[in-house]
Amino acid sequence: MKHCSLGRFFKGMNLTVFTLVMVFLYIPILILIIFSFNDAKIITGWKGFTFKYYILLLENKTILEAFRNTMLIAGLSTLISTILGVLGALGLEYHKFNGRKLFSALIYVPLVIPDILMGVSLALLFNFTRVNTGMLTVLIAHITFCVSYTIIVIRSRLEGFDYSLVEAAMDLGAKPATIFWKIKFPLIMPGIIAAALLAFTLSIDDFIITFFTSGRGFDTLPIYVEGAIRRGTITTINSLSTIMIGLTLLLVVTTKRIRKIVISSL
Amino acid sequence: MEEIRLECLSKDFDGFVAVENVSLSIQSGELFSFLGPSGCGKTTLLRMIAGFEIPSTGRILIGNTDITDLPPYKRQVNTIFQNYSLFPHMTVFDNVAFGLRIRKSPKNEITKRVREMLSLVKMEDQANKFPEQISGGQKQRVAIARALINQPKVLLLDEPLAALDLKLRQHMLIELMNIHDAVGITFIYVTHDQGEAMSISDRVAVMNYGNIIQEGPPDDIYERPNSVFSAYFIGETNLISGEVIGIEDDYVQIRCPDGAGSSFNIDSTFHIQPTLGQELTVSLRPEKIAISRNKPRYQDDINILRGVIEDILYLGSHTQYIVNVGALKIRVFSQHKRVYFDDTALDWEEPVWLFWHDTDSWLINEIPENVLTVDEISEGGINHYQRSIKRPAIK
Repeated sequence: MKHCSLGRFFKGMNLTVFTLVMVFLYIPILILIIFSFNDAKIITGWKGFTFKYYILLLENKTILEAFRNTMLIAGLSTLISTILGVLGALGLEYHKFNGRKLFSALIYVPLVIPDILMGVSLALLFNFTRVNTGMLTVLIAHITFCVSYTIIVIRSRLEGFDYSLVEAAMDLGAKPATIFWKIKFPLIMPGIIAAALLAFTLSIDDFIITFFTSGRGFDTLPIYVEGAIRRGTITTINSLSTIMIGLTLLLVVTTKRIRKIVISSL
Repeated sequence: MEEIRLECLSKDFDGFVAVENVSLSIQSGELFSFLGPSGCGKTTLLRMIAGFEIPSTGRILIGNTDITDLPPYKRQVNTIFQNYSLFPHMTVFDNVAFGLRIRKSPKNEITKRVREMLSLVKMEDQANKFPEQISGGQKQRVAIARALINQPKVLLLDEPLAALDLKLRQHMLIELMNIHDAVGITFIYVTHDQGEAMSISDRVAVMNYGNIIQEGPPDDIYERPNSVFSAYFIGETNLISGEVIGIEDDYVQIRCPDGAGSSFNIDSTFHIQPTLGQELTVSLRPEKIAISRNKPRYQDDINILRGVIEDILYLGSHTQYIVNVGALKIRVFSQHKRVYFDDTALDWEEPVWLFWHDTDSWLINEIPENVLTVDEISEGGINHYQRSIKRPAIK
């Protein structure tokens, strides 16, 4: 009997916890979405439905510029850090060289050190080497932290890789290059896609590191949003955020499809 | 015609000798097995032939070409892996077509040959499935088709049936023999299962600690083991140590202590020239011994022993009796035929007569360091037994 009531207790708890998590996670987002259609300059209550701020958003050159910058940085840093990730993971997994253990450990550093430290240190580095801050420095900074994630994700995929498949391919007459493109690459593809998506999201919403490495005149969306909120124009930010949420959802939904298409095309 | 020759082949892994000075030749079209316990070097030997391991010393020749230094993708040898190693991201068809596509064969030829191969292994209707959608036995068939489509000179099979259940294993064994007959190429088969090796092979090499202990047709190895290891590893046997006390023209007499203070004599025909006073081992297969509660009529060439039944194990096709002769435990297999003996079944603790023909005692010129007891056998004693046969080669 006791066991039974305890079970019921936990069942009740589960539901409560679940509900609370959902509420705290999604209610703010919901409010944000609703108020992006609110016809008022500040959040003071519902004043009527409008698309005004979406139109304002599209007319705002600075925002469009920031959006373009964000996408450019995210796209490039994803591409480069994923390629570096594949090479790094393969190298660390299959080649024995001096300092391999050290490198493996160093890969984890950007994951654990605070963003602010990384931002400041990169800023100091760029200052010290007299590199003009701007798009290039932001790109370098993003690649720096993304590459840790891509290597770790792709490497975890390699660890589960059955090496006898490579032997089987070799046995059937395949040379090393063919084995890479026909066997290894397709099989670690899910890992590569996951790594790329991770890098993309990390790059898109990075604020702190970008803040320290962008300098004046090169704004990404997070940087712009921060500035805008400081200046007090919150309404366009609501609509901007809503669009971003929509895009993210779209990405999540299409990921599975993309994966399937990519794998079947190989 | 000789197909493959191993010359003084050794493989050393950082001081651990996995294969030691193996020389062997395998005939064209032969089905040859390497048989031995795990760790005996049989898989290393196979991997050297496939090209996955480079021999420390020695040469491997196919026909008259030295392939010792060729990479795996340049050898006319294909392998069936223990876990099949089918490419999980390819269909059955694409898996089988892999080798031909690497060689850039024309498309219509690929389709034709893959269809042929799949029909050889009876998998035509599964061509579009992925490996995860087919059963273990079917994966095995695909692996065979994938290897054979390259028309290798030699097919290597590394414990190919180990992952299948008993019934399927027996079925696939027959299938493998049929495929071997159909394609007519040389098969080299590696297994730890003596039943598999015995039933499928033209010739068997028994291996232990990196050496070939004995090599020959299965019946030869079973009936005429050259060592305690072969006798013990292939089938079941009773190993009884003793001293030669008499030599006649066609038989020797051996006095065997029974471990309880007294001794008994065994007569045996001989194939090795024994000397008086020499210590050796008699291998006595359990199925060659007759068991009865009635004393057999005395004959010249029959050994007769008196013992007491300690245990009876009913095994379906036959019954295993464990009979105490002094402190020795002798195992006897008796098939359930009541024609020759009296009708009532033998019972625990019952005194019985054991008897066998002189020619069924087999002499081995070797003494095991300790005599294996029935308990050790039941506790997976082969490893124990291996240890008891001294071997200096492992550094």
